[in-house]
Amino acid sequence: MSKQDFKILGTRPIRPDGLDKVTGKAMFGADKSVTGMLHARILRSPHAHAEIVSIDTSKAKALPGVKAVITGADFDELKNRWTGYTSQNCMAQDRALYDGHAVAAVAAISKSIAAAALKLIEVEYNLLPHVTDVDEAMKPGAPVLHVGVKARKLGDEVSGNTVGYYSFGHGDLETGFAEADEVIERSFKTAATHQGYIEPHACLADLGSDGRGELWCSTQGHYNVRLICAEILDIEESQLRVTASEIGGGFGGKTTVFIEPVALMLSRKSGKPVKAVMTRDEVFRASGPTMSSSMDIKIGMSKDGRITAAQAKLRYQGGAFPYQMVMMGAMSAFAAYDLDHVQSEGWDVMTNRPKMISYRAPGAPMAVYAVEAVVDELCQKLELDPIDTRLKNAAREGTKSSYGPTFKAIGLVEALEAAKAHPHYSAPLAENTGRGVSCGFWFNFGGQVSVSMAINADGTVNLIEGNPDIGGSRASISMMAAEALGIPLDRIRTIVGDTASVGFSDVTDGSRVTFAVGIATINAANAAIKEMCKRAAMIWEIDEDAVEWVDGAAQPTGHNAGEFPPMSLAEIAAVSGKTGGPIAGHHEGAPDKAGVSFGVHLVDVEVDPETGFTAVKRYTAFQDVGKAIHPAYVEGQIQGGAVQGIGWALNEEYIYGEDGRLQNPGFLDYRIPVASDLPMIDPVIIEVPNPGHPFGVRGCGETAIVPPLAAVSNGVSRAIGKRMFELPMSPPKILKAIG
Amino acid sequence: MSKIHVSTYVNGDAVEFLCEPGETLLDVLRDRLNLTGAKEGCGTGDCGACSVMLDGRLVASCLVLGAEVEGSAVETVEGIATDDALHPVQKKLLEHAALQCGICTPGIVVAAKALLEKNADPSEEEVRYWLAGNLCRCTGYDKIIRAVLDAAAEMRGVSA
Amino acid sequence: MARVVIFGSLRAFTGGVGEVEIEAKNTRVLLQKLSEQFEGLRETIAAGVSLAIDGEVFKEAWFTPIDEDSEVVVMPLMVGG
Repeated sequence: MSKQDFKILGTRPIRPDGLDKVTGKAMFGADKSVTGMLHARILRSPHAHAEIVSIDTSKAKALPGVKAVITGADFDELKNRWTGYTSQNCMAQDRALYDGHAVAAVAAISKSIAAAALKLIEVEYNLLPHVTDVDEAMKPGAPVLHVGVKARKLGDEVSGNTVGYYSFGHGDLETGFAEADEVIERSFKTAATHQGYIEPHACLADLGSDGRGELWCSTQGHYNVRLICAEILDIEESQLRVTASEIGGGFGGKTTVFIEPVALMLSRKSGKPVKAVMTRDEVFRASGPTMSSSMDIKIGMSKDGRITAAQAKLRYQGGAFPYQMVMMGAMSAFAAYDLDHVQSEGWDVMTNRPKMISYRAPGAPMAVYAVEAVVDELCQKLELDPIDTRLKNAAREGTKSSYGPTFKAIGLVEALEAAKAHPHYSAPLAENTGRGVSCGFWFNFGGQVSVSMAINADGTVNLIEGNPDIGGSRASISMMAAEALGIPLDRIRTIVGDTASVGFSDVTDGSRVTFAVGIATINAANAAIKEMCKRAAMIWEIDEDAVEWVDGAAQPTGHNAGEFPPMSLAEIAAVSGKTGGPIAGHHEGAPDKAGVSFGVHLVDVEVDPETGFTAVKRYTAFQDVGKAIHPAYVEGQIQGGAVQGIGWALNEEYIYGEDGRLQNPGFLDYRIPVASDLPMIDPVIIEVPNPGHPFGVRGCGETAIVPPLAAVSNGVSRAIGKRMFELPMSPPKILKAIG
Repeated sequence: MSKIHVSTYVNGDAVEFLCEPGETLLDVLRDRLNLTGAKEGCGTGDCGACSVMLDGRLVASCLVLGAEVEGSAVETVEGIATDDALHPVQKKLLEHAALQCGICTPGIVVAAKALLEKNADPSEEEVRYWLAGNLCRCTGYDKIIRAVLDAAAEMRGVSA
Repeated sequence: MARVVIFGSLRAFTGGVGEVEIEAKNTRVLLQKLSEQFEGLRETIAAGVSLAIDGEVFKEAWFTPIDEDSEVVVMPLMVGG
C-alpha cells in the first residue's frame, strides 16, 4: 500500500475528553454515587492456602447499618469452567487459594460500618501447604491447587499444577547448534509485576428482584463484564446494562471482573444499590498481576553473527487458577528473528498467588528479555555490533516466523536501521555507563466490534462505539470518522456506549481499538456516505451510481452524469427529514489482519558501583506503528510502555514471604517509576503501513513494554561488566553481581 | 457514632459539613461535598492523585482528617479553571497530550500549579522532583514534564 | 489443497503429524475436517484456535476463504492486554 495523503490523520488535535479530565469533571469508577446507596467491603484471606472450615457472619449481620453479608455459599457452581474459575476468584468457595482471596463481603450504610462489620465475621481456617515459586510448584509432590486440570499428555515429571504446555518452532536444533561457533545457554528469572493502574477497581451495582440490573464500572470491556456477571448471577444479558466509566488505567488488568459480581450479589440481597471500591492493598493482593517466570535460553551463533539455532524453555506461574498465557511468550520469544532452527516451549503453572491477568503484551516481555539478553551476550563474546547482528538476523516480509505464520510487510528492519542511524547510538558513553539494545514484538489483534454513526440535521455527527477509551481512542476514532467523511473534526462527537446502546464489542485489549474500531468507523462512514449519495441522486434526479463523495460532499461523477454543484454533508443532512428520514451508518464486524508490530529500544544506564543503583540516563524507542493517527498519543503509548518496562527491569516485584503472604502490597514498597527516576523518553515513530487496514494502522499500545526489560538489563550488564540474569535488577542484586 | 461539625472554605466558598472523626478530607470532598476531582489511588499518601491545597500548602488529602480543616481554605482541582479559562497548566497538559487515562491528572494539575506559584522558572529536574509524589502509570511522565515547563514559560511571558 | 501446519505441542494429538493437506473452501470446513481427521484435536478446536492464513492471523472467522495453495497455521487462541 502506498503512503496516502490525509487531511486529519497525523495531526495532533486536543482530545475530546480532555477538558473534563484536567478540570476534575470526568467520572471514573469510584466517582458515581446514587441515593440510598450502600458501601461494600470484602473480607480477604490472610493465608496463602487454607480450607475454609466455617464462616460465622451472624455478628456482622447484627451490626446496625449492615444490610447484607455474603460468602461463597451465595454463589452457585457454574457450568462454564472458565467463568467458574472467575467466580471463585471473586469469592472463594471451600478453600482460600492465596493471600488476599475474598472469603466474604458486607454492604452497609456507611464505609465505617462496613469496615466494622468485616471485623465481626469469624472465619475458621485449616491451613494447607502452599507454594508460590514456579519451579517449586512444577515439581512432583508440590501442593496442587486444583486436581484434574493438568495439561493433557504431560507425564509424572511435572506436578498437577502444570496446566498448560505449548511448543513452537521449526528446523532441527541439533543441526543448528552444530553450525554455531559459539553457543550460550543461560537461565533467567523475572518477578511478577502488577499493571499498576492508579485507579483501583470500582463499581456501582443495582440489581433488582426482577432480574434487571444496572452496573457502572471501571473496565476495559463492559460487554465482557456483562457476559461474566450475567452468568454468575444467573440473569439474562439483556437485563444487565453495563456502563463503562472513564477508566483510570488498565493495561490488561481490567479485562476481567473482581468486585463486580460481589457488588451485584450484595445489591440483590439488600435490594439497594451497592458501591464497591478496592483499596490499594486489595488491588495488589487480589487483582492483576502478571506472571513470574523461570526460563532457559540456548542460542548458537556463527562468528559473523548469524544465529544458527535458538531454543527457549519458559516456565510461568499465573496464580491460583488454570490459565493460558505462556503460549504468548513462547510465540513471541524469537519473533524478531529469521531462523532456520528454532524451538520454544512453555509451561503454565498454578501457585498460591492471585490469578494472573493480562499485562500489556501478556507473556512476551519476559520471554523476549531472556532471548535478547543471550543475543547481547553473544554479541559481546564475538565482538559484534548489537544492531548489525540483529539486522543480520532480522525477520522481514516473507520470513517464516518462529511461531508459524509467514510475515507480511513488517517494520523491524526499518526500526533497527533508524536506531543505528540515530545520534543516540553513536553518542559517547560516560564512566560506569552501559548501552543496551533490544528488539520487541507484539501480535496485535482485531476482533468483534460495533459502531453506530448518526448524521444530524445540523451537519454534525454522533458516533457510538463499544470500547472503553483507555488512552485517547475517542480522539483517534473521531479523527478517522472525520477523515472518512471529509468533514472537520469538530463536527464529530464520539462516545462509548453502554451495553444497551450499541452492539457487542470485544474487550479493549490486544492493541486492537484504533485498528478494529477504526475499520468499523470507516465502514459506518461509508454506509452513511452511500445513503447521502443516494439522497443527492434523488434530489438531482440522476442515477445513484452517478454520484460520488469527494471532500465531504456529494457530486456527480462527471459531466455526463449532470451539472450540479456539490451538496455538502450539512446540506444533505439539513433536508434529510424530507428525503427519507434520518441518515445513519453502522457497522458490525470482526476485522482480522491486525498487523504485527516491532520495536527497538536503546538505553544508556549508569550504575553506581558503590550502591548498585541504576540510573536511566538516555532512552530512545523506535516502533513501527503502521500509521500514526494521532502521533502525540502514539508517542505516549511508546513512552508509557517503555517506562513500565523500566520499572519491571529495575524496581517492581511481588515479594512473598515464607508464609506465602505478599510482603509489599502498596506503592511505597512496590515502587513504580516516578518522575524523578527518569529522563525524557524519545519516541521515534516508524510507519510501515499495515496492508490489512484502509489507513495502514497497526496496534501500537503493547509492543513498547517488550524491549525495555532486555534493553535495560543489557545496558546494566555492559556497564558493570557482568551479565545479569534476574529481574528486577535491584541494587542488592547488582552489588552481588559486581562482587 | 456522633459526627463532627466543620466550617471551612472550599474553592473560595464557605461550606459546612458533618463528618466522622476518622473520615479523611478526601472522603469529605468526594462523599459529602460531591467534589470527586481528587482521586483515591492508594489512601496512604504514595500516589498524589488526591492532591489538594490546604491553606496554601500542597497536601495529600487522604492523609488529612476532615475534622482538621475547620476554618481553613481548601483548594481542589475543581477550583482551578476560572471564568471559562483554563489555568496554563491545564491548557498545556491538553496541548502536549500529557494525559492518557487521566486519573492522575487532577493531582498533577494541583501539584504543578503549586510548584509554579513557588518557582516561576523551574528546571526539568526541579519539575521531576516536585512531581515525584504524583504517580502516573500511562505516560512515562515525558509529556507531563514538557507541559509543566511550557506552562511555566507561558506564565512568565516567554515562549518555550 | 491447502497446506495446514499444526503448531508444535498440538502434534501430540495428531500422532506427531505436523503438516497435512486439506481441501477446504473456508476455515469452518477446514476445522471440521481437522477435527474429524484427528480426534485428539477436537477439544482444542472446540475451545477456540487462531489461524494464520498466508501470514494473516484470524481469530475464529469461519467463512474466511482459503485458496487452493494457501498455507494455514493452526495456533492457540491468542489474547492481549
